Amino acid sequence: MTTLAVPALTVPGFAVPAQTNVGNSALNITIFAVFVAATLAIVVRASRRNATAADYYAGGRAFSGRQNGIAIAGDYLSAASFLGIAGAIALTGYDGFLYSIGFLVAWLVALLLVAELLRNTGRFTMADVLSFRLRQGPVRTAAAISTLVVSFFYLLAQMAGAGGLVSLLLGLDGKTAQSVVIALVGVIMIAYVLIGGMKGTTWVQIVKATLLIIGSIVMTVWVLGKFGFNLSHVLGAAVDNSPKAGEKILDPGLKYGKSNLTKVDFISLSLALVLGTAGLPHVLMRFYTVPSSKEARKSVEWAIWLIGLFYLLSLVMGYGAAALVGADAISSAPGKANSAAPLLAFALGGEILLGLISAIAFATILAVVAGLTITASASFAHDIYAQVVKKGDVTSAEEVSVARKTALVIGVIAILGGIFAKDQNIAFLVALAFAVAASANLPTILYSLFWKRFNTRGALWSLYGGLVSVVTLIVFSPVVSGKPADPKTGLSASMITDPSVDFHWFPLDNPGIVSIPLSFFLGWLGTVTSKEKPDERRFAEMEVRSLTGHGAEKAVVH
Amino acid sequence: MSHDARTDDAYVEVQRSPEFGELRRRFRSFVFPMTALFLAWYFLYVLLAAYAPGFMSHKLAGNINVGLVLGLGQFVSTFAITILYVRWADREFDPRAEALHTRLEEASR
Repeated sequence: MTTLAVPALTVPGFAVPAQTNVGNSALNITIFAVFVAATLAIVVRASRRNATAADYYAGGRAFSGRQNGIAIAGDYLSAASFLGIAGAIALTGYDGFLYSIGFLVAWLVALLLVAELLRNTGRFTMADVLSFRLRQGPVRTAAAISTLVVSFFYLLAQMAGAGGLVSLLLGLDGKTAQSVVIALVGVIMIAYVLIGGMKGTTWVQIVKATLLIIGSIVMTVWVLGKFGFNLSHVLGAAVDNSPKAGEKILDPGLKYGKSNLTKVDFISLSLALVLGTAGLPHVLMRFYTVPSSKEARKSVEWAIWLIGLFYLLSLVMGYGAAALVGADAISSAPGKANSAAPLLAFALGGEILLGLISAIAFATILAVVAGLTITASASFAHDIYAQVVKKGDVTSAEEVSVARKTALVIGVIAILGGIFAKDQNIAFLVALAFAVAASANLPTILYSLFWKRFNTRGALWSLYGGLVSVVTLIVFSPVVSGKPADPKTGLSASMITDPSVDFHWFPLDNPGIVSIPLSFFLGWLGTVTSKEKPDERRFAEMEVRSLTGHGAEKAVVH
Repeated sequence: MSHDARTDDAYVEVQRSPEFGELRRRFRSFVFPMTALFLAWYFLYVLLAAYAPGFMSHKLAGNINVGLVLGLGQFVSTFAITILYVRWADREFDPRAEALHTRLEEASR
């Protein structure tokens, strides 16, 4: 095992498209197929009872706190977390680790301020809580739009990532093959959602999260074992094998410390990460799949343990990849940073471990995409169709039927969007989703749970203000245009790669540092300038329900 | 969605009761300071990483530097706050919330 089994990647100028993959494509395809078949079987088994809205959206509210906590970890540890963080640590060292800490600490906001109160007051969606004591129509519509925007950007990032990942692992290169893979991901995801609903999707998440964590433990122990179970030696080897960064891979600043601007940008990103998680609609919806607020608390507790454990493993896997695969081999691989974890698996356990880890990554994308689709379809069917258009005058069966049709439409849009976005810089899509969640959703959630005087205008101003400011600032940021041209390729690193097109005036990549305080301010300003009196009775009901759990939705008994 | 006057009045009545005031006070006086604490600690860490790289790069043992130890400290504090909160909620919060819940169940009967 001393000679690393990645010769193909260390040969300079190695660029034959059909061979850029490592491992054995036939073996990888077989393992992928087994995974898909197994998860589909789980979905079909879980779907026997899926009649009512509570079944379809919330799995009958019958999951235990532990099961739901594992599923939350599954939702949260998307491909961006699994492949992205290990890769970021392998290439940018300490700054990648910093990134993972924001993702973890964020869960305390959910644990202390949001999960239980939300579970006690709402039924299926974030909008249920926001519109509880305010004017239904406008607030629900705004909350649903924000939910759809966050879910859509998140979905697009996952779909585009799937194309890149699978082309790397299966050796399917070329635009048509990638598009076929994205379409296939979409079709399998639609099958999960339509057949299994929330129950099926939750079980897929549980299985996937368990496998992901076991796989990561195996890789971590393996890496540590190669260095006498001494973390310091792993770090030393990572330094030795990072010719460009050297010692700096252990210190902060490699990625974000370049200038004062990048430092402010990093603080802005940290703000969005730590406040965004508790405003992600697909995470919030998970709190409704358990029977009580006590179980919601237990869900978050489990999620924190598992996510924390996973990021600790990622630290070792990331530096392990730098040590065993090497920074140069990773950055010249087709998936760049994203290929660090698969290449580490290959270096450790050869084709079989590579195939298994890649299949887990693939299952991750499928499951996260399915969860996002359920959230988006629930928001459209429950909030916009049933409550705003039909004013609540629909049967549960009709609502579910609309939700299923919506899921189909979202699936098709996700496939087309994923094919369109596959060559784009996708990392910013996830950052955008977190920024909207932190700017539009979280301030509005906190105000409506804790501030008696909060009213309809305040909610609309904080929701739309957060949403519009994030999107505007991103459009006029260097993410979209105006990054300096790469001397080698002559192309800009912005979304618009032509360096002569430059309409940016906002200096930061991450808008959170402006948009989050702005949205809190607008929520306050809208409230105090509106003459609307708070609905005392509804507020009493909301406050008493949120803390005591009286009148909270109960589990479905079959 | 039943909003008969009886339950609504019961909610207002409970909301104004001293027991509920006590429950809300206890809840807020645990979660608000705790939130302020972990956010302050997190941003202190982020600011140190951004503006005090020299301090963070100081080696403590082998290749383990201050930054790594403080970063792992964020994990420890997150786990510790989780344990503290869950224990507090089980012992202090839940019995009081359940008592009020039972009172409401009886009132709406």
